[in-house]
Amino acid sequence: MAEVSLRDVRKSYGDTAVIHGVDCAIADGEFLVVVGPSGCGKSTLLRMIAGLEVITGGEVSIGDRVVNELEPAERDIAMVFQNYALYPHMTVFDNMAYGLKIRKIPKAEIDTRVRKAAAILELDDDMLRRKPRQLSGGQRQRVAMGRAIVREPSVFLFDEPLSNLDAKLRVQMRIEIKKLQETLGITSVYVTHDQVEAMTLGHRLLVLNAGNVEQLGTPITLYERPASTFVAGFIGSPAMNLMPAAIGVDGASVALPGGVAFTLAFGAQNGEPGRPVTLGVRPEHFEVDDSGAITLTVTLVEQLGADTIVHGALGADEFDVTIRMRGVVTIAPGEKLSLTVPSEHIHVFDRETGKRLG
Amino acid sequence: MVENRPYLTVLTHLIMVAGLLIVLFPIYVAFVASTHLTEDVISSVQPWFGDQLIENYGTVLQSGKENAGGVPVSIMMWNSTIMALGITVGKIAISIISAYAIVYFRFRFRMFFFWIIFLTLMLPVEVRILPTYKVVADLGLLDSYAGLTLPLIASATATFLFRQFFLTVPEELAEAARVDGAGPIRFFIDILLPLSRTNLAALFVILFIYGWNQYLWPLLITTDTDMTTIVMGIQRMLFVADAVPEWNLTMATAILALLPPVVVVVVMQRQFVKGLIETEK
Repeated sequence: MAEVSLRDVRKSYGDTAVIHGVDCAIADGEFLVVVGPSGCGKSTLLRMIAGLEVITGGEVSIGDRVVNELEPAERDIAMVFQNYALYPHMTVFDNMAYGLKIRKIPKAEIDTRVRKAAAILELDDDMLRRKPRQLSGGQRQRVAMGRAIVREPSVFLFDEPLSNLDAKLRVQMRIEIKKLQETLGITSVYVTHDQVEAMTLGHRLLVLNAGNVEQLGTPITLYERPASTFVAGFIGSPAMNLMPAAIGVDGASVALPGGVAFTLAFGAQNGEPGRPVTLGVRPEHFEVDDSGAITLTVTLVEQLGADTIVHGALGADEFDVTIRMRGVVTIAPGEKLSLTVPSEHIHVFDRETGKRLG
Repeated sequence: MVENRPYLTVLTHLIMVAGLLIVLFPIYVAFVASTHLTEDVISSVQPWFGDQLIENYGTVLQSGKENAGGVPVSIMMWNSTIMALGITVGKIAISIISAYAIVYFRFRFRMFFFWIIFLTLMLPVEVRILPTYKVVADLGLLDSYAGLTLPLIASATATFLFRQFFLTVPEELAEAARVDGAGPIRFFIDILLPLSRTNLAALFVILFIYGWNQYLWPLLITTDTDMTTIVMGIQRMLFVADAVPEWNLTMATAILALLPPVVVVVVMQRQFVKGLIETEK
């Protein structure tokens, strides 16, 4: 068990920098999820912690040791790979025991440790004797985790471990990983591009965009106070509606070009009137209100059962907006809806930098 | 193309049997001839087995054919086996290690070395035979097993095949092994070699037959009759001055020469076929 800390960690291939300095302290027992679109450098970051990629700049430490120059095996970590990377010619038992054998741990202890891990993951004796190719995707996933557990490492590293599974199994394994991490209390770093996985698993999320940290915080912080338009668009599904707008004349409201104005909960400190901004409202924060100032012309309705997703055009400029309403709502394209948005649910971002205001 | 019609089945089987007969016919003629007296086979092809089977095979194996040097075929087969095994084992050992280096390690001039190895593909034994002969002669390796095998070990085919195979092994396996604490040698022995098992078997069969069938090179560098290999032995038996060609003995030798490759193929057949067709890793 250990803390992991990254201090100004950088990576470049030749002249191309892919990670531009990541600072992050992961507490003992914490579950940190690194999330971002493909190609943002999240796997590279994880592989640098694992020791599979050379660290170009900065420092990675696990516990109280700086591990920059250590081989993966000396870092006291265990990694679960996206394609599981099980040794195809070994039985499940041998796959899990291999790392321990190399460490010259006595046979009897290997046996107890593997059986203990197998019990945690509900792999029975019959399965321990099989080869990986005789297992289903979900079972292989368990074996890959078993291989990590038997090592009893200080840190677990997960590299998109669920992306090869079908949707139903993914949800099930997600819950199991969460439970497992809570039971074992081992510091974990988990990389994914799936924001639902990220929100449900992580104690904290690190949002990466093109090698830069966009935001680091708890899932709820990221949801309620996204630091930038990137995070706002990435976290939450359907994505937040982002519309070009300007600070109103009074400095305390935002107006869409069409004239619809939203009152701000905060005094727009640096909001000199007329400043171009991006206005963000989550689909679920629109409220139907007959006296509402906003009029939406419905263009498309998606019925999900628990929710109804309504797409429509807003105001005179007809911005495409998505709103989410609870339960089954019968509404047809062409109809008009009057809406309001509570001022605490209005997000305002600088138009140029994309950074949050207020 | 997968149709299930009775007459098609009959037709395909007929074609298969016809092919089989064409292949088996010369072997049959040779085997029949090897069971007769010299006089019976000197000018005619015998249709059915004679009664000299044990005598003929006994003669060739123990004393050889006197007017062709009198080297017993058992010695020739021993020489051929050493040569074929030497070439096979040597080639596999060297090429699997060099392919491992080229695929898994980053070092200076890596691609340069790969292309140098690859270039040797364009220079088969026959092309470089004179310089090779000179080198082997200067090293004093004429009439030795080392001289028979070493020059044929150096070639790129197997290196190339192993390289292609290693490239299909997922990179994560090597990384997982690193995380597990396996160094390069452990990874090679514990993971890569077992995974290459079927490829090894396929190459073993191909290279054994390649080595066994070597003719020109042994003919050039061996003068000592004790170093004769069986393939050159057969040739020597055919063209004997001032003597009756003993076809029965020659045919017996030919049949004996067929056996080891057949044994190797039969023993390794399952792995061999797997190695050629297997794609799942």
